[in-house]
Amino acid sequence: MNAPAYNFAYLDEQTKRMIRRAILKAIAIPGYQVPFASREMPMPYGWGTGGVQVTAAILGPADVLKVIDQGSDDTTNAISIRKFFAKTAGVATTTATEEATVIQTRHRIPEAALSENQVLVYQVPIPEPLRFLEPRETETRRMHALAEYGLMHVKLYEDIARFGHIATAYAYPVKVNARYVMDPSPTPKFDNPKMDNCPALQLFGAGREKRIYAIPPYTQVVSLDFEDHPFEPYRFNAPCALCGAENSYLDEIVTDDKGSRMFVCSDTDYCECRQAAGHHGSLSAAPYKDKAQGGANG
Amino acid sequence: MADPDLHENDEPLLVATSLSKSFGRIAACRDVSFALYPGEVLAIVGESGSGKSTLLQLLSGQLAASGGHVSYCMRDGVTRDLATLGEAERRFLFRTDWGFVHQDPAQGLRMAVSAGANVGERLMAVGWNHYGRIRETASDWLTRVEIDVARIDDAPRTYSGGMRQRLQIARNLVTEPRLVFMDEPTGGLDVSVQARLLDLLRSLVAELHLAVIIVTHDLAVARLLSHRVMVMKGGRVIETGLTDQVLDDPREPYTQLLVSSILPP
Repeated sequence: MNAPAYNFAYLDEQTKRMIRRAILKAIAIPGYQVPFASREMPMPYGWGTGGVQVTAAILGPADVLKVIDQGSDDTTNAISIRKFFAKTAGVATTTATEEATVIQTRHRIPEAALSENQVLVYQVPIPEPLRFLEPRETETRRMHALAEYGLMHVKLYEDIARFGHIATAYAYPVKVNARYVMDPSPTPKFDNPKMDNCPALQLFGAGREKRIYAIPPYTQVVSLDFEDHPFEPYRFNAPCALCGAENSYLDEIVTDDKGSRMFVCSDTDYCECRQAAGHHGSLSAAPYKDKAQGGANG
Repeated sequence: MADPDLHENDEPLLVATSLSKSFGRIAACRDVSFALYPGEVLAIVGESGSGKSTLLQLLSGQLAASGGHVSYCMRDGVTRDLATLGEAERRFLFRTDWGFVHQDPAQGLRMAVSAGANVGERLMAVGWNHYGRIRETASDWLTRVEIDVARIDDAPRTYSGGMRQRLQIARNLVTEPRLVFMDEPTGGLDVSVQARLLDLLRSLVAELHLAVIIVTHDLAVARLLSHRVMVMKGGRVIETGLTDQVLDDPREPYTQLLVSSILPP
């Protein structure tokens, strides 16, 4: 299965060493954006080149890889990255969160609790949380260095002034280890509490912007807020239409042109596991038929 | 140079000692020394290219001097040389105890965020974390600079020039600084708006007991606002003294020229 034309996991060993050094530094300084010499990958920027490089650098032959895109295991991005590593590294792949040792993700954290032997790799489009407030990169670096984060609250202030509440719904800024303010990549703010004190190592790779940052296991991650407008995770007020889950993050799916819509878990693995365990939602096909789990290797 | 009789007990707030700055062969500022006392308004006047703005940048620590030094009496009463402050301390000083009013409000404001956030930014930077209180303080300040509170959520790019300048002043004064630097604050405004702005500045300065260093080429501004005037020419201070004294009875030929070039009101 291992394609001989490639080095293990596509990148050459020197490149992987360079990336690992950046990762180690990122772990040593939680939330700090470490520059690294991002490589061209055989996919366009915006498709997870940063996450793929981080995954390639940490992947071992015994690892089991899961790739999700917006919570889903079966979208184009997730499938192509999973196939990419199945081909270039020959590692086992899975869609089950519990079985995976490395999970590369775009925009979601799995619903199932993560464990100490797992690594979560995020694909990050824009690592700089202050980017749209302060356009000068030299200035934002200085602000990080001096921990001048008043500007981040200006953004939240603007939200409240305009919408009456903090309307930032994704890429909600967090403070890591009481020091660096970090962009958690465009995950919904629903997922922010999962980052706090998480047993799994969380790595963030931004390929185009050439930055790697990390949250080590069991690190404090606090979502920024105001005393009188505290942080609140957002969730559609509905159960999942397929598995009836009341506490998972939901996707809204428009089902016709008359305004009908259904809400389903964005985490497909979580939803399928619940359905397999006998949970039903309002739109489940009854009776639930058995379905093959996992085995999505390319 | 300062008149010691005016301030018997006060420590000077800011002391400049033989400041100079040269850019290559051009000496923009030569051997400038003075002391500024709390609550005092000092105008630096002179024509374009006389080194006024360079001097202001030296005094506010934005530019490193080629010679001499500036010391500032911090809020804890300790007088320190600005050159020895770390960057973090200097920036902290800049957004708490100091203000800087630019000639072009676009330089001093965040044009894309609302007026309320512009005023509140300094408060948030020093750790205010209560939206209601930040907004209350911001509206209070907008009222004080005569901006309609109904426009608190509008971005300054929708404001007129005079309103922008007043907003910039509110943004600077919200942390109750003791020293404000102003670089041609009335430049580019029409005469009636200028008059209103000067009026506002004068009352705020008196009310808050602000020390101000104001750079201007407009002697009328100097006369209206300042207690003392320094006249600069070719990077040197050529004449200094009480405003009335310098403007009504100028000694130096250059100052006489400046004064006589004002149109009679």
